[in-house]
Amino acid sequence: MGYELSNTKFDEILADFSKEYEILAPFKIKCGGRYSDTDNIKYMTVTNLSDIEYKEKSAFSPKEITFPVTETLFHINGEEVTEPLYTPKKRLVFLRACDIHAMDRVDNIFLKNGLIEDPYYKRRREEVSFVLIGCQQSFENCFCVSMGTNKANEYSFGIDFSQDSVKIEVKDSDFDRYFNGQQEINFETSYVKENDIKVTTPDPSKIDPSFFNDEMWEDYAKRCIGCGRCNFSCPTCSCFTTTDVAYDDNREVGERRRVWAGCHVDKFTDMAGGHSFRNDYGSRMRYKTMHKVYDYKKKFGSHMCVGCGRCDDRCPEYISFAGCINKVTEKTGREEL
Amino acid sequence: MMQNPYMPKSAEITKITKHTDIDYTFFVKSDMTLKSGQFVQLSVPRAGEAPISVSDFKDGQLEMTIRKVGKVTDEIFNKEVGDKLYLRGPYGNGFSPEDHYGKELILVAGGTGLAPVKNFINHFYNNLDKLKSFRLIVGFKSMKDRLFVDELNKWSQKFPVNITLDRPEEGWIGSTGFVTDHINKMLMKDFENTHVVIVGPPPMMKFTALGFSQIGLKKDQIWMSFERKMSCALGKCGHCKIDETYVCLEGPVFRYDKAVNLID
Repeated sequence: MGYELSNTKFDEILADFSKEYEILAPFKIKCGGRYSDTDNIKYMTVTNLSDIEYKEKSAFSPKEITFPVTETLFHINGEEVTEPLYTPKKRLVFLRACDIHAMDRVDNIFLKNGLIEDPYYKRRREEVSFVLIGCQQSFENCFCVSMGTNKANEYSFGIDFSQDSVKIEVKDSDFDRYFNGQQEINFETSYVKENDIKVTTPDPSKIDPSFFNDEMWEDYAKRCIGCGRCNFSCPTCSCFTTTDVAYDDNREVGERRRVWAGCHVDKFTDMAGGHSFRNDYGSRMRYKTMHKVYDYKKKFGSHMCVGCGRCDDRCPEYISFAGCINKVTEKTGREEL
Repeated sequence: MMQNPYMPKSAEITKITKHTDIDYTFFVKSDMTLKSGQFVQLSVPRAGEAPISVSDFKDGQLEMTIRKVGKVTDEIFNKEVGDKLYLRGPYGNGFSPEDHYGKELILVAGGTGLAPVKNFINHFYNNLDKLKSFRLIVGFKSMKDRLFVDELNKWSQKFPVNITLDRPEEGWIGSTGFVTDHINKMLMKDFENTHVVIVGPPPMMKFTALGFSQIGLKKDQIWMSFERKMSCALGKCGHCKIDETYVCLEGPVFRYDKAVNLID
């Protein structure tokens, strides 16, 4: 069912949602960017339509809603190890098609890989309902069409924003009640039909381990500085490191926590005793690229990369990941889709 | 949470054996069911958690031979008998001794690499008839770095144990040189029916496997046990992934035909 309603009316409905859900959406933090006078857009709790930054791409992805940057696994008091208290909360997340696909990629790691589901991820994931933000045009660096992630299926309702009104496509009929009485229309949430950037993906079955030593990676050894911005802005990067801390005020008390980790960043492979792997940045670029468009697909059937282009948005060295994928495909052979 | 796979269980230390200044074996009470070559996530709350291989296990007790090389192991070395360590696991595939029954088995270990195969060696010490022959090549940096000296003596009563030190040393009458210097066709009578198991630091394993390949052993006749950084041991944290292989889930023991294609 489709509806069209004024922004004022939609604000009232958001207030209704707020009674039941925490609403999370891209939010622009003025001057919150990494350079002076630049803004940052990340996922925050919102209450009004005016809080939702729908005109631009968010710098950070919604992954931190289900996989927080830092999460306490245990509280530690002396020798006593206890789970932190957790208050369940239903969450409504406004996100784009690529990010809905990205959530599926992260689900595979936390819920399917290995024999055990990650309970910390699972409990947050089960609380989340998606609102698809329609993309009326492609943003810079996006290549979702090439990755097949421009359209999504798993969402409760879709929304197209505009200056005065919103158009709604309800998929989960539980949400119809919020929109009852509004003007009914035929509506399908907008999606990107063409990006400026196009990528052809490699065929994992044609990639031989010898390609890991290809000279193309040496270029990246010179350009990448190992800052990990690509990892942390990526909606599908899901690596973490667990560390224990003892609080300064009382060393007897502390916690075990997990924190986002990135394969481009130093120490990712460091072991006690001094051994480490991929000490040059080119190998790290190769490792990340191969995960995104090669070995993940061998394991789970779809490419991990969803083509959101955030890595390219954020790279201080202007490395193009889309360009890198194309180069891999050029050297190893494209896949039939 | 009903089941939290990250929750460690406390285990009381019952005995500590000091091999060198930085290598101790900790014996703890544990009811885990284990296989040779598996590992546990061992932690000291407020210091951290690390993957540690189990060197031996019997009678509700398990042993971990640990080198003091980092933040977590520093704290472990402050513990005494009666104190508690925290464990979860076991993890990994481990070794399957049955894979080698009826074969000539050569086990090559470098330094602390001897720890994860101690139970495996003891299995064959007690079941030597299961093998055609068994030979141990163990490399240490120097005399003072030797581990399991009593066991090595015990084992050498039943099968050849070649201990080699990296460099000649006064008072040492055994072999010298790296373990790779002792790879030799003469070690095996029945080439086709020889298996080799290699455990040690990454470069040692790489060159030992290459050495055996060069004298003509096939890749499916060689096994090795990997060591990688791990935070979860559950296939989630991503640190130990090589290609689509997670060392914590599918390893740490790999046959060389698989291992040779695992490019970090």
